[in-house]
Amino acid sequence: MIRLEKVEKTFGSNAVLRGVDLEIAKGSSMVIIGGSGTGKSVLLKCVLGLVQQDAGRILVDGQDTAKTDRDAFLARFGMLFQGAALFDSLPVWQNVAFRLLRGSLKRPKAEAREIAIEKLRRVGLKPDVADRLPAELSGGMQKRVGLARAIAADPEIIFFDEPTTGLDPIMSGVINDLIREIVTEMGATAMTITHDMTSVRAIADNVAMLHGGKIRWTGPVSQLDTSGDPYVAQFISGSAEGPIEAVR
Amino acid sequence: MTLPLRLLGGLGHAVLSFLALVGRVVLFLAETLSHLVRPPFYGREFLNALFQVGWLSLPVVGLTAIFTGGALTLQIYAGGARFDAQAVVPQIVAIGMVRELGPVLVGLMIAARVTSSIAAEIATMKVTEQIDALVTLSTHPMKYLTVPRVLAGLITVPLLVGLGDIIGILGGFTVAVKSLGFNPAVFVQNTVNFLEPLDIISSLVKGAAFGVIATLMGCYSGMNSGRGAQGVGAATKSSVEAASILILAANFLLTGAFFSV
Repeated sequence: MIRLEKVEKTFGSNAVLRGVDLEIAKGSSMVIIGGSGTGKSVLLKCVLGLVQQDAGRILVDGQDTAKTDRDAFLARFGMLFQGAALFDSLPVWQNVAFRLLRGSLKRPKAEAREIAIEKLRRVGLKPDVADRLPAELSGGMQKRVGLARAIAADPEIIFFDEPTTGLDPIMSGVINDLIREIVTEMGATAMTITHDMTSVRAIADNVAMLHGGKIRWTGPVSQLDTSGDPYVAQFISGSAEGPIEAVR
Repeated sequence: MTLPLRLLGGLGHAVLSFLALVGRVVLFLAETLSHLVRPPFYGREFLNALFQVGWLSLPVVGLTAIFTGGALTLQIYAGGARFDAQAVVPQIVAIGMVRELGPVLVGLMIAARVTSSIAAEIATMKVTEQIDALVTLSTHPMKYLTVPRVLAGLITVPLLVGLGDIIGILGGFTVAVKSLGFNPAVFVQNTVNFLEPLDIISSLVKGAAFGVIATLMGCYSGMNSGRGAQGVGAATKSSVEAASILILAANFLLTGAFFSV
């Protein structure tokens, strides 16, 4: 289980997170929604330790992330970045097997390659992609490779940062379905950041809305349309009228 | 506030900013050194850095050295003719190349070619979240990106300087023999006899120092770049500026340390 307690983060004079409280049950898929610039990515980076929160605690299975062994902690995570963040100098299979080629999870090269090809197959890519460079792939294929890398070491927790940004609706649907399938079959805990409502409905068990540096509403995805919260209602309808300022 | 006070304030601000930058670079160097002696080590990245920093710099270093050696010979010959001292051309070319021009020009060429490339590559990795991705894949960016490059600079740049010295003298030799009528055997004899071990040692030590400066500044600027294309451009520009100035300053200090009487 991931638990955030009164997490705060300020950049200069901009208080991005102002006391975020959130709980993500083990094996569940939580999607965090909110407008651009509301601190969704910062929140995710705080959990991973890429950004240090100014105040509050983040607990994973009851352990404070600030006090745990960093390598062991990160070995439990997989992450799909918004732009896939593939290493351009490495072929696709080495990107996917990056963790399996070095560090505590190191395997023999042939075995790592085999796992990489199997993971590529899992996300719908053919083995002949394995030896290509990321720059030779389309945006959708890069996202799939990023997804394969995120699941390569069979992590317990997977983060998805804007998984469908920049993709056409059909490819977005494919990625959403893949994420849902993979999270279910691996039994992983998932945390996704998005403002794509199609993704929310496809991926989420639970939804949390971040607004004004705090969690405005949280609940099961089935209650999203009947939340009764004007901020949530405006966000999911995409209306310019409502409590959320259209021009931020 | 009066104009003199404002100018003084501006000057103070600039000095403080410079000192803060020096402090950050020194801390970055200390962190790099601390990772240099702690596993894990990334052998493949180190070999790749050796290739990029050393092998691929050979053409630019060789061409720079050969033209500089040739031009230096012409200058010394023409200048020496003013007081009938053309015979000392081999000695002056040798000492000029080995003690000063070889290390400094190779250092500046490395700053132009390698520092800029390292800064641009790492800054782009930062902008596209590849550095964050490294962290989430349990890989320390300093170990994976900085240590192999700085180590490669430390090892390959002295070798490049040594090679540049030889090629520079060879350029001088060619011009002296083909255009100025020098006896080849006498030119070689005078060069070998005149150079002392300290000349060569100082050249190689300067090369090692310049190699560390060039690669370190590339990594530092890349890791601390701003956002977007503008951030990458600024990081690249500032890395080359800082590396070039630091190389010239280090050259002055090292020359003083080796040869001050």
